Amino acid sequence: MTLAFPFPAIVGQEEMKQALLIACVEPRVGGVLIFGDRGTAKSTAVRALAGLLPPIETFETCPYNTAPGEPAINGDEKARGARVTKPTPVVDLPLGVTEDRVVGALDIEKALRRGEKAFEPGLLARANRGFLYIDEVNLLEDHIVDLLLDVAATGENVVERDGLSVRHPARFVLVGSGNPEEGELRPQLLDRFGLSVEVATPREIEQRIEVVRRRDSFERDPQAFCEKWAEAGEEIRGQIAAAKKRVAGLDAPEPVLRKASEICLALGADGLRGELTLIRAARAMAALDATDEIEIKHLRAVAPSVLRHRLRRDPLDEAGSSARIERGLEEAFAG
Amino acid sequence: MSADTDSVADTGESWAQARLAAALLAVDPGLRGVVLTARAGPARDAWLEYYKSLADEDAVWRRIPAAVNDEALLGGIDLAATLKTGRAVQRAGLLDEIRNGVGVLAMAERAETGLAARLAAALDGDPSPVLIALDEAAEADEGAPAALRERLAFHIDLSGVTLRDLETVEDGVTREDVAMARVRLTHILNNDAERALTQTAAVLGVDSLRPPLLALRVARAAAALEGLDEISDAEAALAARLVLGPRATRVPMEEEAEPDTPPEPEEPEEAQDDTPESAEPEPEPEDDTDQDADDADTPDELTEITTEAAKASIPAGLLAKLEAGQDASNAGGAGRAGAVRKEATRGRPAGSRRGDPGGGKRLDVLATLRAAAPWGKVRRRGLKRLTGGPALEVRREDFRVKRFKQKAETVTIFVVDASGSLALSRLAEAKGAVELMLAESYVRRDQVALIAFRGRGAETLLPPTRSLTRAKRSLAGLPGGGGTPLAAAIAAAEALAHSAGRQGRSVSLIFLTDGAANVTLEGVGGREVAMAEARDAARRLRGAGHAAIVVDVSKRGAEAAQGVARDMAARYVRLPAANTGALLDIARKAAA
Repeated sequence: MTLAFPFPAIVGQEEMKQALLIACVEPRVGGVLIFGDRGTAKSTAVRALAGLLPPIETFETCPYNTAPGEPAINGDEKARGARVTKPTPVVDLPLGVTEDRVVGALDIEKALRRGEKAFEPGLLARANRGFLYIDEVNLLEDHIVDLLLDVAATGENVVERDGLSVRHPARFVLVGSGNPEEGELRPQLLDRFGLSVEVATPREIEQRIEVVRRRDSFERDPQAFCEKWAEAGEEIRGQIAAAKKRVAGLDAPEPVLRKASEICLALGADGLRGELTLIRAARAMAALDATDEIEIKHLRAVAPSVLRHRLRRDPLDEAGSSARIERGLEEAFAG
Repeated sequence: MSADTDSVADTGESWAQARLAAALLAVDPGLRGVVLTARAGPARDAWLEYYKSLADEDAVWRRIPAAVNDEALLGGIDLAATLKTGRAVQRAGLLDEIRNGVGVLAMAERAETGLAARLAAALDGDPSPVLIALDEAAEADEGAPAALRERLAFHIDLSGVTLRDLETVEDGVTREDVAMARVRLTHILNNDAERALTQTAAVLGVDSLRPPLLALRVARAAAALEGLDEISDAEAALAARLVLGPRATRVPMEEEAEPDTPPEPEEPEEAQDDTPESAEPEPEPEDDTDQDADDADTPDELTEITTEAAKASIPAGLLAKLEAGQDASNAGGAGRAGAVRKEATRGRPAGSRRGDPGGGKRLDVLATLRAAAPWGKVRRRGLKRLTGGPALEVRREDFRVKRFKQKAETVTIFVVDASGSLALSRLAEAKGAVELMLAESYVRRDQVALIAFRGRGAETLLPPTRSLTRAKRSLAGLPGGGGTPLAAAIAAAEALAHSAGRQGRSVSLIFLTDGAANVTLEGVGGREVAMAEARDAARRLRGAGHAAIVVDVSKRGAEAAQGVARDMAARYVRLPAANTGALLDIARKAAA
């Protein structure tokens, strides 16, 4: 297995790292969209995630990663084997993937050999309870996007084709990355992402040098580099695990709730989803922070990622959405 | 060999440099490959031959056609073998085959965005293939996709190499030299060359951090080839010349007063939040807005050397463009891939349905087999076959044909009169309409382009795109003023419409003008000739049969504009005051 660049060794890009950690702690925030120039560690960060996630409990041969307590998908409890822990899946959805591979299809081998109608699970099954990563998400074929939107909305993959009739859970955190120069993202898909971050190459020269230096020493000797960062990685892994335990018990006090509404109103972010995501993300942030309750500062920290893509579009405004959101937040938090 | 590293002046030197790049790539395949700009011919063949003589002997070489489909690229079910064995047999795709080998991408400039993305993903993999992208671009603004140019260390132009150069080469590097260099490679010390190379990249406006990283690897490979233990000035300079110079998006100033930043006016704040040593995972949201702190950095000696070296290899055309103050990001740095996307003209695959192949419909073999497979046993029983027979019996009712969505994309081309005193408001209005259209057009996946005309001629400021980001970048700071070369504008619009039409798109043209042409096709003043030419051009455009609208922006309505509209068989609309909303309405209706 090839080694991934360690997450803590990524220089800068704090907002991106924060958004990914939040999604680890609270999958219900609904996915992360990372948009930015080439060579800004977008894919690197996502691939590094796999090393940080606590393992999940599931069954040895269950291709759907069902949790203990959930019924087996085809009703065959024995076929899914013994209870085991597995790494949280981080599944790549490559461009040009066929619909068959995403949703699953008739198992052609079984069909040919034994004349048996069996279902061969696809990527959605593999991604259940984990992460589904789409690089160059804005280049994804429309019909695949439609399919993902449907599944993401219901948390369930329903297959009715080739004489098959299968439904299985497909709850995953959608992580997409892309370069805005290649084209825009469909608004419906944009809307699905709970958090969105814009990444740029670092401007500060020392920081740029440090990026080159670390990447270079990783490429020269991945093993040694990963060992060097193992401890820092362990720390984050512990932080996530602890936060995951803590997050459910965190309450949002009245002033925080009120502030969240105020911010959404002030920025003209449409819909209740923004508000809900704001609270959820702030809760995850507080959990990572190991505080007893959600504070205004947590709200402030997550607000740009939560609201950036929810601003009403105003193409005539010269400023990018990042600048606009900062401007709005400055005002909202000043008051 | 060391002679190779001297500065380039004539074509012989550039050929020597190209050969050196081949040797370096053989030493370190981690350099990912090369964009080789050259037509098919002896120079290209000689380069490939030389590289092949140095690269691993047992490396797999595969040619990747620009029109390769996903099945060939990514692999899939091998039908023949599957049917024979009755077992699903997977066939390796090209990308799998070249994982440890060499892929030669033919006609890289024709590669679609999707293909580029898949290749880019492979290049980011470990192990990564070596990719040789053969770029036969005829125009300066064509070229291999940006996603590939970004990842391949060398951009080599062989178009100036002469036969004499090919004949007069001295002995080059041998495979033994490469093998020895490879052994040495792991121990070469960087000697802080990463600092100089990163700084030089910044000075040249190379925004991504992949190029300095690749340059560092090049310097190391060069040091290994020279038999050194560490990178010396010469190798750092060579790396800057080979890797960074060709990627420059601006010419370094003698006095580096500017901050080393991309030319964006607004910068996301978080980009400045980070402290240099922010290795800590703890997000630190405190504001540390010491903007452009890098200004204080005085370039050290090595940086000066590498920057000087890189300057020598900035492509001449680019240099001229940069000096003219044009944004060069379209030429090399950022992609134009968005504009050449072609999938949609063939339609998007939209599953398959029952039906007979033929008449342009293609059989979806896999789906057909899937449909037939469950019936295998039943059918065999029905026929009472005792022995043998095919493992699978396909009947007509099993046939599935591929479906494509064939919705034609539209391109809306704005042709904006930027002459005279009204120029600024008109331009702002057109620009607003372009951006608003783009903001809503991604739903329909439509494209927008903009041609402005003023002074002596017309210029395509925004080639067809659906990227709002790109439009904003291209349209920032539109110039205005001067005469009205209407005929040139109509001709330019026709050319653009023609090429969009050939890609299967339907075109609508929107002219914003008062129709008062006063600059001829030759770029000289003269109202009468200019008008006559404009009317001629308008009539030619009519023959092309595109939908067109002339928006008359003169105060009182101009006869000239009406005349041009008549000649084009275009709709004529008056819109005397700058009004983005009304213009958008017009454009929407035209595109619908």
